[in-house]
Amino acid sequence: MTQPSFFRHSVVPVLTVIAVIVAFWYVAALFMNHSTVVAEAQLKGLAFTPSATWYRSWALDKPLLPAPHQVIAELWKSTAGLSVTSKRSLVYHGWVTLSATLLGFLLGTLLGILLAIGIVHQKVMDKSLMPWIIASQTVPILAVAPMLIVVLNAIGISGLLPKALISTYLSFFPVVVGMVKGLRSPETIHLDLMRTYNADDLQVFTKLRWPASVPYLFASLKVGIAISLIGAIVGELPTGAAAGLGARLLSGSYYGQTIQIWAALFAAAFLAGILVLVVGWSESLVMRLMGARPERRAA
Amino acid sequence: MPASMNVIDIEALSLTFETGDGPVQALSNIDLKIAKGDFVSFIGPSGCGKTTLLRVIADLEQPTGGSISVNGTTPELARLDRAYGYVFQAPALYPWRTIARNVALPLEIMGLTRAQQDERIARNLALVNLTGFEKKYPWQLSGGMQQRASIARALAVEPDLLLMDEPFGALDEIVRDHLNEQLLQLWAKTKKTVVFVTHSIPEAVYLSTKIVVMSPRPGRIHDIVESDLPRGPRPLDIRETPEFLKLAQRVRDGLRAGHSYDD
Repeated sequence: MTQPSFFRHSVVPVLTVIAVIVAFWYVAALFMNHSTVVAEAQLKGLAFTPSATWYRSWALDKPLLPAPHQVIAELWKSTAGLSVTSKRSLVYHGWVTLSATLLGFLLGTLLGILLAIGIVHQKVMDKSLMPWIIASQTVPILAVAPMLIVVLNAIGISGLLPKALISTYLSFFPVVVGMVKGLRSPETIHLDLMRTYNADDLQVFTKLRWPASVPYLFASLKVGIAISLIGAIVGELPTGAAAGLGARLLSGSYYGQTIQIWAALFAAAFLAGILVLVVGWSESLVMRLMGARPERRAA
Repeated sequence: MPASMNVIDIEALSLTFETGDGPVQALSNIDLKIAKGDFVSFIGPSGCGKTTLLRVIADLEQPTGGSISVNGTTPELARLDRAYGYVFQAPALYPWRTIARNVALPLEIMGLTRAQQDERIARNLALVNLTGFEKKYPWQLSGGMQQRASIARALAVEPDLLLMDEPFGALDEIVRDHLNEQLLQLWAKTKKTVVFVTHSIPEAVYLSTKIVVMSPRPGRIHDIVESDLPRGPRPLDIRETPEFLKLAQRVRDGLRAGHSYDD
């Protein structure tokens, strides 16, 4: 009963969209790489038939735009084809970036929650901190990241932490904004009830404000985990880091290895997708444990 | 020490809200005494201050003039002493807690042991006929059952005074009749003092030993009707008797004379 409807409503639309994108991509590669193929032919004094030109533009070593199968082959070669400890393994580089992402995300989430608690309970913090928190996000991260890493290096902090702190810098913001809204979300009637019980601030927080804010927290975490990954990658760019997906992107662009760049990009996108999925799964698990009404799926 | 016989003693009480459009007099010159064991209804149209008066008793609003005592002390001390249970217009159950844990909420705040909590949960859910629904979440219950759970939660504090703000206002008439009957049985069984806000004449007359008729602009007491219907559980068809209809007529006349039907 549910199997065919799942197939029809989820698998078919997704596959259709992917097919359209892949087709568009092959056509685009054809046009983008045409001049490279022609130049190559002239250099070697060959005359390609149109169909040979087509095949050649999907098989260049350093194409302007690699064809999908080239990227997939590179992805396969640099994940399954290599030992995970190899410096050319995407699993190795992915792990370097992932560890900075997770540390930064954890710190950012904690910082965001603590700031939100302060802001909700102290009017002074609300008035004084909120403008700075918003201002912090208007500074381009690409400008902040090198300075932060140089300064931290100068005081002897290097390696994982500086990159993680850039993730923290990005990811605390959605958590603050979401949690301030979440902690303020209880209705007046629920707060009045607490007042009739003569509950203290801590009890109002643990028994009402905190559980009421959980859905807001997860919405923020989904945004936070994705930009944590971006923060970690950005943190790898300015320092010429030897490892990480950012380093892979950078070295790829130094040597014109477009296929390597695209493979690293896809690895990053895949990682981001997995991370958001994991946050989504924990959300549905937590909401189920908190007795939330199961969502009805549209037929 | 002059021990007051009255649970609630209000004299010359007034309350003025400061709003953007200038001061609004919500309550004016209220005098009211509520004796232990009374079932008192506040009835009146929207804006007559009946809910505000209940909130003043509960220390959820502060009066700007006059005096009020609850249980022989100030409303604030009575609240800090958890002297009353308050039932709101909406059930106000916490959606992430089961029915049993919702009833346990005030008990956790009071610092009762788990065993004491369990005993009070079982007893009070039985009082409102919700035994067997302990592990359900609020969304799994009907509106009437949710409101009964919120009454059990108010009773679990074991207050002598129950303050109810239009608790059945959002329910349909069939459920409301049923809950009114149950509430009277509960009141007779527990001997609590109840203050009940409503805008339904039959509900006020059916439930009350004393009906306070209020009128708006400014919110004030127009008439206090002492009921001569028998105390204790009353059958629903008492509402067809001449005594009942006479009381209802007097309340209706009071509402009309208080210009409640002006607009």
